[in-house]
Amino acid sequence: MRVLAAMSGGVDSAVAAALAVDAGHDVTGVHLALSPDRQTLRSGARGCCSVEDAHDARRVADELGIPFYVWDLADRFSEDVVDDFVAEYAAGRTPNPCLRCNEKIKFSAVLDRALALGFDAVVTGHHARLADGELRRSVDAAKDQSYVLGVLRPDQLAAAMFPLGSMTKDRVREIAAERGFAVAAKPDSHDICFIPDGDTRGFLARRLGSRPGPVVDAASGATVGEHDGTYGFTVGQRKGLGVTVGDQRPRYVLGIEPVSRTVTIGTRELAGIATVRTGAPTWTGPAPRLPFSAQVQLRAHAEPVACEVTADDGGLRITLAETQRGVAPGQSAVLYEPDATLGDRVVGQAAVARAL
Amino acid sequence: MTYLDHAATTPLLPEVLAAMTEQLGRVGNASSLHASGRAARRSAEQSRERLAEALGARPSEVLFTGGGTESDNLAVKGMFWARRQADPRRRRIVVSPVEHHAVLDSVEWLAKHDGADLTWLTVEPSGRVSPASLAEALGDGSDVAVASVMWANNEIGTVSDIAALVEVAHEVGVPLHTDAVQAVGQVPVDFAASGADALTMTGHKLGGPMGAGALLLRRDAECTPLLHGGGQERDVRSGTLDVAAIVGLAVAAVTAVGSREQRTARVAELRNRLVAGIVDLVPDVMLNGAPLDDRIAGGPGRLPGNAHLSFAGAEGDALLMLLDARGIECSTGSACSAGVARPSHVLLAVGADADRARSSLRFSLGHTSTDDDVDSVLEVIAPVVERARRAGLGKR
Repeated sequence: MRVLAAMSGGVDSAVAAALAVDAGHDVTGVHLALSPDRQTLRSGARGCCSVEDAHDARRVADELGIPFYVWDLADRFSEDVVDDFVAEYAAGRTPNPCLRCNEKIKFSAVLDRALALGFDAVVTGHHARLADGELRRSVDAAKDQSYVLGVLRPDQLAAAMFPLGSMTKDRVREIAAERGFAVAAKPDSHDICFIPDGDTRGFLARRLGSRPGPVVDAASGATVGEHDGTYGFTVGQRKGLGVTVGDQRPRYVLGIEPVSRTVTIGTRELAGIATVRTGAPTWTGPAPRLPFSAQVQLRAHAEPVACEVTADDGGLRITLAETQRGVAPGQSAVLYEPDATLGDRVVGQAAVARAL
Repeated sequence: MTYLDHAATTPLLPEVLAAMTEQLGRVGNASSLHASGRAARRSAEQSRERLAEALGARPSEVLFTGGGTESDNLAVKGMFWARRQADPRRRRIVVSPVEHHAVLDSVEWLAKHDGADLTWLTVEPSGRVSPASLAEALGDGSDVAVASVMWANNEIGTVSDIAALVEVAHEVGVPLHTDAVQAVGQVPVDFAASGADALTMTGHKLGGPMGAGALLLRRDAECTPLLHGGGQERDVRSGTLDVAAIVGLAVAAVTAVGSREQRTARVAELRNRLVAGIVDLVPDVMLNGAPLDDRIAGGPGRLPGNAHLSFAGAEGDALLMLLDARGIECSTGSACSAGVARPSHVLLAVGADADRARSSLRFSLGHTSTDDDVDSVLEVIAPVVERARRAGLGKR
């Protein structure tokens, strides 16, 4: 097959490209230039699209003897991921930009272009298993990235290859070292790539400016403080609220109301969520018959919980077996079918609209 | 493999390889006084004389440098500094917007860090700078430190009439530097006849080695050094002479200039067949730059090996990739160090919109090009463009 390897400059995508070459595919590497001002990110230690990262990716491609190009997707990334990220926060929701990037950039803009240029598939270094069109968790539970791929539809998965899902991250680094890749010991990236200093609140403040509003305690209805912008808060957040309430008990963000700019906080009991209502779902395969039982993961690194999924006015109603905290509107509720042998299978996902 | 990127670099000439190999085996610093040093010095000076003769310069006007970028930096910065020091009112640099980045980034650096004011010349749709536009930009010239206009453009191949531009500049007492990296060996270049105060040339576009070039600098031109040290090159450029590279540079220049007429007639014929074939096979192709048979100042108005085309609706990057996969090597004409294609500043300056600029490819032919190379392109170009057009411009 003619395969396009998306190469970030990190160790995962380097090894994924190498495995695709080993598998006998005709592989071409591309580095996606996503930052409009590449010099800005040059100093960022963890930005995933700096000039050094492009160089690292190119070095690996040269070692593999495959063609390598840089695709400039800065405009689309800026519109579809960064602007969306800012708009979601402005609307009181908590977006997941990596998921949005997979949905709109890697498996849409890049995949479409690859197919149009005559490639059969796009290979990436995501830690997830993909076989027979079924997307499953990686064998390395700590590195599993199936959550941020949960938004992919069958046609996107049909042209995707994730060769790393069946191995641990340690094994990936071993393979890179065996091949003498300079990126073998390169640190993992954890931050949002377009916020390389990790200061999300500062980034949003620069984009959205000061938008002060009240912090209200749910139990008393009293205003207990002021904030500079609702975008500094995420539902379920406990630290950094900037207020103290008389009884000294920990408070959690319960809700964010963007029009009145009200951040509502409350005690642990009030923060528990038993039911989640969502927007329209996407499915990784044929749409399942509702209702069904599943597991749901409500954040990138959350533990999955058992749930019942029913239809709900175009969206889903997900009833949780145990109450959860930190269920923020805008996050994806990714549904899994547990499978201890082959790996939990991703069924689909829907964005959290309301947590009850 | 079909190599059609000679404007990026062209294969080393066999006579250059032989001369350099011989010189590389010899010990001797050309600045040393003993016999080995004297022998090295002799080789370097012979090369200086041969290079000067090939380009219509005096030997003392040849400053060996590390290549085109260094020569451009030295000329633009050095002349700006020297002329401003002589008269602090001279803060202006008059420059064309289609220059190579070695000139553009130098003048922009001077503007940002050293108080230079930049005046951008208007260019004709072909990319040519007219004497009238230079005269207008210079005014009475009293506040101008230096003017810089390239002899031939590296992307679209347009040749300007440097002698006519020099005349205009000298009328108001302004020195002119010209980047002739692409012109030497392709069109007639005579330093003395042009009247230019400084001229940049480099070896590897002629079949010489990389990392070796020269700045031709008139004896009376004022130029502050960039590199300080042993003062080897008229105290304007320091650094131990790379004698083997200098020997190679001179052999390349002499060979390229000597073979110019015969070679470029052959190359232009191949180029014309390539362009005619592409236009015939692919709809909506646009030739950028001057017409193929354009003439200026008694010579070609367009570099004989240059074919620069826009393929409406296709992205240059995609075309490049698809051709590369079929063994054809060409260029989109502009790439930053990270390899991200930006719309070419040259095409934007000649009035192209960003989409046309992004949809362009440069084929550049040279001394090793053959009919087979042209045939190889014509065999695949139609389906390649069709596929790239399906992939679109990468934007919605």
